[in-house]
Amino acid sequence: MLVATFWSPLVEPGFFSSEPVQVALVVGAIAAIVSGIVGVFTVIRGQSFAGHALSDIGTAGGSAAFLVGASTLYGFVAFNVVAAGVMELISIRKPRGRDLATGIVLGASLGLAALFLYEGTISSSTTGATVNVLFGSIFTLPPGITVVMAALGVASVVLVAVLYRPLLLSSVSYELAAARGVPVRLVGSGYLLALALAVSMSAVTIGAILSTALLIGPAAIALRVATRTGVAMAVAAFVGVFACWAGTLIAYDSTVWAGGNGWPVSFCIVAVIFVLYFASGIFSRLRGDRRRAPSNDQATAVRPVEVG
Amino acid sequence: MIVKTDLVASTGKPSLGDGSGLGASDAVLRVEDVSVSLGGRPVLDQVSFSVEAGGFCGLIGSNGAGKTTLLRVILGLITPSGGRIEVAGGTRSRRNPQIGYVPQKIIFEADMPLRARDLVGLGLDGHRFGISRPAAKRRIAVDEMLDAVGATRFADARIGNLSGGEQQRVMIAQALICRPKLLLLDEPLANLDIRSAAEVVELLARIAAEQRIAILLSAHDMNPLLPVMDRVVYLADGRAASGTTDQVVRTERLSQLYGHHVEVIHVQGRVLVVSGAEHQAHHAGDTYTDPFLRGG
Repeated sequence: MLVATFWSPLVEPGFFSSEPVQVALVVGAIAAIVSGIVGVFTVIRGQSFAGHALSDIGTAGGSAAFLVGASTLYGFVAFNVVAAGVMELISIRKPRGRDLATGIVLGASLGLAALFLYEGTISSSTTGATVNVLFGSIFTLPPGITVVMAALGVASVVLVAVLYRPLLLSSVSYELAAARGVPVRLVGSGYLLALALAVSMSAVTIGAILSTALLIGPAAIALRVATRTGVAMAVAAFVGVFACWAGTLIAYDSTVWAGGNGWPVSFCIVAVIFVLYFASGIFSRLRGDRRRAPSNDQATAVRPVEVG
Repeated sequence: MIVKTDLVASTGKPSLGDGSGLGASDAVLRVEDVSVSLGGRPVLDQVSFSVEAGGFCGLIGSNGAGKTTLLRVILGLITPSGGRIEVAGGTRSRRNPQIGYVPQKIIFEADMPLRARDLVGLGLDGHRFGISRPAAKRRIAVDEMLDAVGATRFADARIGNLSGGEQQRVMIAQALICRPKLLLLDEPLANLDIRSAAEVVELLARIAAEQRIAILLSAHDMNPLLPVMDRVVYLADGRAASGTTDQVVRTERLSQLYGHHVEVIHVQGRVLVVSGAEHQAHHAGDTYTDPFLRGG
């Protein structure tokens, strides 16, 4: 009762008892946790473009799944995992060649998505497919999807945990990791698989086009406040979950002030992430001076080495 | 033209650590007639030299002379087309725990969520799968190593917020924590101010002397290394001349290596290598244009 009194000014009636809302909260949380953990490595490794390419390629998968009447999640996962494999096979070391290859593949995928979405629109006589795939519709997910999401989420988090140290080492220096005997290519492919799964889960939550927002945004915020990789992952996951839940709540409540038709959840989630990113920028700037290590003005005394 | 290089040069100048000339039997690193071609282009041509335990060897040459390639061959990342390499008595291979490695300047972004101590920890077990469990033993090992390179003061700072000299100390700690017998450093003094460079060199000299670790350090300017270097491998166009500094850095020897006349001049404790054809002074650190390559 006390809780209800506390929440009542913020939460419109029926929020917690509504089944679509419950599914949305669970799916959003899973996607946010996985995206936060995977996203920190995406930012560290400078693979934001690869993440975005995967989300665009996933669009074709999601729309194909929609066309055949399957859950878009399966379409996202299938296309993203295959695309990750292809990106790894191409594996062009020169940045420009890799940019071109990725650009051409994602262009072709978006073309396919255009075809599938057009067919979907014709056959269902609505534009629902387009909005659903591109921008997500978290309130219309079937309850059964939470189990699949949880399984995929556990798989990708376990994958990142197994790869953690060699992945971090190769993110610091590819050369150093290779010299230490790390199978850098295998580790990179494993990480790309985790990225493909994270992007798919994020696409279900906020749509294929916006899925990188959940991947990159919370991670970028976390890097502004955390000094350790593990802590950054925890912060990113927390920020992502908060953004998903707050966004869902705002979208639910918006039906009241927006006159019946609430705002899209994706918009609300991305808006929360943006506001937090802005706030974290101010935060890190305020304490930026303290964070800087003391300059090397005074010669550091060299102590005798005692390793052996 | 192949310049014959001496495999077993006697130590003309006393090494900093022990002050005794050591025989070739103490060689930690032995490179014999190593040739490398990359994409059909010969990069190294029958390079031979050795580095003893406690020895400090400078690998000197201009950009593109083959320094990084030679280090990559020793690390087992490139297979040579000929010759052989021995590290601590065994043939070299990847994941050789006998070799510590500090790669060429790594750009650490300021927002990289990695502290100096985390990077040193990666030197210990970064190649292993999974997440490291916090253990007192691991922490002590990292703390000791940070202390040994004078990095305790900034151990908890983000690596990207440290100065270039501080980052190099942390990278050296990362390379040493597995207690290798050979330490390879690729241009560790590049982009460092004179004072930081001198401090890094002093640190490395102490490590070589006290730990009996063999050090092979590449640089385009030999001057910061002159006080501590007891051996030099001079690379030009893929060929090498090796021996003590006094043996190698002389007019006849370097002219032979370059295939045209160059003059070695000593000015106020610094060495200048001057192209005989054009009389243009070259000492790296103030120029990227290498007068030798024009004539060669």
